[in-house]
Amino acid sequence: LNTVYGLHLGYFTGGAELLFNGTKEQHVKLPSQSEQWDVRQLLVWIKTNLLKERPELFIQGDTVRPGILVLINEADWELMGQLDYKLEDRDNIVFISTLHGG
Amino acid sequence: MPIPCSSCEKKLAVLKRPKTGHSLCKDCFFWAFEEETHQTITSAKLFHQGETVGIGASGGKDSTVLAHVLKVLNERYHYGLNLILLSVDEGITGYRDDSLETVKRNQQQYDLPLKIVSYEELYGWTMDQIVKKVGLKNNCTFCGVFRRQALDRGAMMLRVDKVCTGHNADDIAETVLMNFLRGDIARLRRCTAITTGSEGAIPRCKPLKYAYEKEIVLYAYFKKLDYFSTECVYSPNAYRGYARAFLKDLESIRPSAIMAVIHSGENLSVKEDVKMPVQGTCGRCGYISSQGLCKACVLLEGLNRGLPKLGIGKHHKLHSRLLRDQPLTEREEKKLKSVDF
Ligand SMILES: [Zn+2]
Ligand SMILES: [Zn+2]
Ligand SMILES: [Zn+2]
Repeated sequence: LNTVYGLHLGYFTGGAELLFNGTKEQHVKLPSQSEQWDVRQLLVWIKTNLLKERPELFIQGDTVRPGILVLINEADWELMGQLDYKLEDRDNIVFISTLHGG
Repeated sequence: MPIPCSSCEKKLAVLKRPKTGHSLCKDCFFWAFEEETHQTITSAKLFHQGETVGIGASGGKDSTVLAHVLKVLNERYHYGLNLILLSVDEGITGYRDDSLETVKRNQQQYDLPLKIVSYEELYGWTMDQIVKKVGLKNNCTFCGVFRRQALDRGAMMLRVDKVCTGHNADDIAETVLMNFLRGDIARLRRCTAITTGSEGAIPRCKPLKYAYEKEIVLYAYFKKLDYFSTECVYSPNAYRGYARAFLKDLESIRPSAIMAVIHSGENLSVKEDVKMPVQGTCGRCGYISSQGLCKACVLLEGLNRGLPKLGIGKHHKLHSRLLRDQPLTEREEKKLKSVDF
């Protein structure tokens, strides 16, 4: 099993966009590995490859900081197994920060 | 894997509701969210036919969702309300521009009239002018006090019957916790009320009081509502930030924590012998105040007399003379003049 995953990442509202240098969305390619990628591994990959400053505003421990919502293919990740969700090629992952502004 | 909606059992669920644990599809979620807001409005009798209601609109997610839902419910249930978007322009160069643009787009998207009141109209001073006088170090005193009153003053100016704001369940739980941590018993008692300030001042209400932030954000996201994230450019409150993070941590383990904190706040009884500040009104502007002059009027008096320090620290003894427009002694003036930047 050596598929290369192409993912679409989206970031919404205030904090989260600022973390990713103001980017609202981007396409990324994950390096191939022997087992299937899951969201837990994706977060680690984002932390080392995409977050330049203050990663603690996005990641706490091995998961996202409380108050950041995650959508996998437009559905709440709580319905999809959260960190254990196995990524598929061309998945769409969106992070929404609820921590800023009313 | 996506699972079917627990309500219609036809479409795929898009979210797990923090309040109920139900998994709902988009349409069932929109309906549930709107119906619950309707329940809140009717059971607390927030509005009456024919009233003019100002919606405090900041361009942020909460007020944008509030405006949208009120517009929908006003039509669906024939509330007969005259809804107005009400925004405050603090006069901070570059800060409000984006959010005011958002509110202006909302006005067109929702077809609601929009009134923007400026600090200049309300106080005679823009925030930028104030910062020039008092320095960056002290401006947050002004920022907080003026902002708290701006919506009420704007509402009085526009003669609306009621003002509603987008405060959600997470905000209210946070405020309960903050007041608890500060030992502010008077505010702790008031802060969970769905309507406040009906004596003299314009009543304020919070129709989204029982709506979780997660649902507000997802409602806005799935409805593709146009909103903007704002944060005070000056000082975000660090203490509040900790309270917020603490609640979010609890919520991620057990979502019902938010409702539980609100419930505790609502049912708290205060001992008879706890001293409460007497709620009076400001002798100059009529705003609720426990002193002869409200904080905003003291700050304004200081700005207008060229004594910016007047509003910083406690100067209650001077209130009666300020109210009668009497001059201060040279010594008093000297103390209030110098400001360190
Ligand atoms: Zn459904
Ligand atoms: Zn401020
Ligand atoms: Zn006053």
